[in-house]
Amino acid sequence: MRLRQNKVAVASGLFLIVMFGLCFVAAWFTGDPNQQELTHKFAAPGSGHPLGTDQMGRDLFSRILFGGQISLLVGLVATSVAFVIGISYGAISGYVGGRTDAVMMRIVDTLYAIPFLVLVILLQEVLSSSAGEAAGWLVKKWSFPEETTFRFANILPLFIAIGALGWLTLARITRSQVLSLKQQEFAQAAVSLGLSPRRILFRHIIPNTLGPAIVYVTLTIPSFIMYEATLSFLGLGIKAPNSSWGVLIKDGANYMETQPMLLIFPGLFFTATLFALNFLGDGLRDALDPKAAKD
Amino acid sequence: MIRFIFKRLLQGLLVLFVLYTLSFFLIKTLPGDAFTGERAISEEAVEALKKRFGLDRNWITQYALRLRRLIVNQDLGVSPKKNREVSMILRQSFPPSAILGLNALLVACAIGIPLGVFSAVNKNSWFDYAAMGFAMIGICVAAFIIGPLLQTQIAMRVPAFKVAGWENPLDWILPAITLGLAPAAYLARLTRGGMLEILNQDFVRTAHAKGVPPLTVIWRHTLRGGLIPSVAFLGPAFAALISGSFVVETIFQVPGMGRHFIDGTIDRDEFLLLGCVLYFGILIVILNLVSDIIQALLNPRLRDSL
Repeated sequence: MRLRQNKVAVASGLFLIVMFGLCFVAAWFTGDPNQQELTHKFAAPGSGHPLGTDQMGRDLFSRILFGGQISLLVGLVATSVAFVIGISYGAISGYVGGRTDAVMMRIVDTLYAIPFLVLVILLQEVLSSSAGEAAGWLVKKWSFPEETTFRFANILPLFIAIGALGWLTLARITRSQVLSLKQQEFAQAAVSLGLSPRRILFRHIIPNTLGPAIVYVTLTIPSFIMYEATLSFLGLGIKAPNSSWGVLIKDGANYMETQPMLLIFPGLFFTATLFALNFLGDGLRDALDPKAAKD
Repeated sequence: MIRFIFKRLLQGLLVLFVLYTLSFFLIKTLPGDAFTGERAISEEAVEALKKRFGLDRNWITQYALRLRRLIVNQDLGVSPKKNREVSMILRQSFPPSAILGLNALLVACAIGIPLGVFSAVNKNSWFDYAAMGFAMIGICVAAFIIGPLLQTQIAMRVPAFKVAGWENPLDWILPAITLGLAPAAYLARLTRGGMLEILNQDFVRTAHAKGVPPLTVIWRHTLRGGLIPSVAFLGPAFAALISGSFVVETIFQVPGMGRHFIDGTIDRDEFLLLGCVLYFGILIVILNLVSDIIQALLNPRLRDSL
């Protein structure tokens, strides 16, 4: 496969595997990210704290790895939500065609004209309250573990809000794919065999649209991670005791004059991950789309 | 052309109506209200306040009344939290936001378009790789990292610049760079792609063959078509600038609309929130129209279909 010859993309892939390993496996061996040692505020990197400590004496390395869990999860969960909505929406619109298609696409056009972050912020705030209530109910009625449930209720709305509004381009791509696929022989053969429209769409057409969709989706992961960090930086996203790279960068920015490392270290992890994701996405696109690779 | 603009304006009005309705009910479902804040006030007082702001009726009535007031009187109501008319707040905070946005756009075009053109012309040269590497940096390094870095590395060392504030035109520079870098990166990539597409076409080869100087080929024959993807990107770029302005206005303490939107969300100030959303919508509709018109001027085929 052409992707293997692209050294930058391969290196990015390896980097991402290491980053996932660090955040989801190694993190558990770095101690409690919320453990405060008030006698060790702003410790320098080294002895006992590989990257030093923050304003409350918490271990920065541990906080970065646990924060990375949420940042990476946003990318994956929100992208999956957007993927499912975008593919189904685009496929139905393209396959049904006619007036349904026109109305569905006008809705997409309208949503395009609205600043994305504005709607995400509003939707997130709305979902947060329901998620909080649901969590309270689960804890009381079904005695779910309180801390975990509420933590989960804090992050889930943001994931859903980003995913629920981030599917527009994907729907357009899928629609145009479906429009050309449904004219092809195999699709018409399926029609003449008397298969139900739903079966044709989900078993024969949608699987053929997945290639370009997956390429596009690889490139949305970094932008969704960026949205999460932006919201958290503004104080509207992830809230304590959860943290993410955006939260850490925001905290770090408050102390940047005296303790620049509190901004630089989380910033490096965040930026390096975005680089790797973008390079990998570009590499995938070039490998699967020969026309783009020629340029 | 005039028919096209008229049609687009009608579509814009529809977008604004949908936006207003959608945000109105989204905002209504937000938990809490502007009156239950830091000070504990009695329930009767809250009821009285709600009545004063017309919030005691059901949502549909409120929606109809406020929409009518908006259309007939261009009145967005009074912000309960800031105790001022929303339209006054927005009128005051619009100029800084507009200046910031336009300067950022200027930065984006001044960096992005030349980089893209030179990269395309010198494809696979060291300049191309360097420029595209720079574009990747612009895409991956977030404004909330660039901003604080510019503050510590430049504003705190160069006496002419301030870390934050908005008093003289010198204060415009750092926020505009912070906001403009990401769109500059996207513009560079799009311009390069668009130029490459045109440079590969037969009429360009013909121009070279008949001895037109290389610079004239670029300037007269390819730039026009090569810039079309970049101009098409301007519409989404404006929307991205609005989102970005939330961050940049917070970092550099610019007294603009982005900050009011964030405050409105945190304070549950529904009048202010709805006003901000509507302003953003109007801006995007107008700027999308401008982008469409420029596209039509650049592309004769598109112009004929209007």
